[in-house]
Amino acid sequence: MDQLKKYLQITVVLGAFGLLVWVKSLEQGTGSREVAGSLPPVSGPGGLPPAGFPDMPATLTPAPTPPPAATPAPSQPRGKYKDGTYTGSVADAYYGNIQVRAVIRNGSITDVQFLQYPNDNQTSLYINSQALPILRSEAIQAQSAQVDIVSGASDSSAAFRESLGSALSQAV
Amino acid sequence: MPVSVELVDPWATAHDAGAVFGLLDDIDLRFSTYKKESEISEINRGKRSLRNASDAMKKILDLSEETKRVTHGYFDIRHDGIIDPSGIVKGWAILEAARLLRGRYLLNFAVTIAGDSQVSGRNCTDEPWRIGIENPFNRKELIKVLVLGNGEGVATSGQYIRKGHIYNPKTGQTAADIMSITVIGSDIYEADRFATAAFAMGKGGLAFIERVSGCEAYMVGHDKQASWTSGFDRYVMAE
Repeated sequence: MDQLKKYLQITVVLGAFGLLVWVKSLEQGTGSREVAGSLPPVSGPGGLPPAGFPDMPATLTPAPTPPPAATPAPSQPRGKYKDGTYTGSVADAYYGNIQVRAVIRNGSITDVQFLQYPNDNQTSLYINSQALPILRSEAIQAQSAQVDIVSGASDSSAAFRESLGSALSQAV
Repeated sequence: MPVSVELVDPWATAHDAGAVFGLLDDIDLRFSTYKKESEISEINRGKRSLRNASDAMKKILDLSEETKRVTHGYFDIRHDGIIDPSGIVKGWAILEAARLLRGRYLLNFAVTIAGDSQVSGRNCTDEPWRIGIENPFNRKELIKVLVLGNGEGVATSGQYIRKGHIYNPKTGQTAADIMSITVIGSDIYEADRFATAAFAMGKGGLAFIERVSGCEAYMVGHDKQASWTSGFDRYVMAE
């Protein structure tokens, strides 16, 4: 139920944002309009890239159904929205603030970027988790430095089951 | 399972170490599923109801529930109708031990149980603690050296010692996508629980840790290739 509530919150926030985009489009592009496609990469708080909401059912997305891919981009955009990039206001989603920016192309929302999203409490971890590309990799290599402690997989849970007490008696 | 308590402060005494072992002993008496008379065993046998559980037990069950939630169900202490809280108790116990030591006015120490550690302050040469990550293909080798100077915790979850000790609760299958994942957290409780869950997630575990604020990870695959989260480098000892 809690999750449902959260989804509801997100729906409200995104829904309100969708409304905002729509209103802006009626206003014929006010001061917040920018050129689409020239945005710097947005970084979320704590250096994390902005997250999507992968666990959110697709039906909660406020974007209108995009036109089929085969539709050629008309020179006269005929979607609901005016092309541009729009920044929403900061919304309190009760577990943190959410602020999004939408990119409209050919009258449809083509991208929603999260300028602010909660990432510092455990509730929002659930929402923010999504796959990221792995940035770097390397072949493992032996190191020779002196260390204080070694971290490795003991058969930890099995080992714990096998009784910490017996280990303690050896360790004392 | 080796337990080590290293106390660096000159005013530390054997009583401090003894207090830690006493605490861990009490925790084990309550939570060991291998002890017939432990509280958890009584609960699993139906001899004791969850309603009559001790406060410590309720605390652990709450923490487990919360962890299950934030790990999308990848961390689950319930299997086949049995509650096995060891996956959460270990990190929690190490953190409790560290709290106990701080309460005894100790600042510089490390508590390690079976490869999972909580450090505090500095080591005996007055430097940040140095933690080696074991090579999952060769336990005598280290593949990374971490420098921890801010009371972090570090835990490694892996499959290479004993096959099949971590299950993917979503599939009921043994998690075996990767060899090991080492997680550095703001404390050992965070590091341990998220290492366990991330391991169960397999290759997606690294992306999960990337999203967990305060945690970084180093993952080793079956192909001996390692990958890591974006903030991991700052903990790696410069060569």
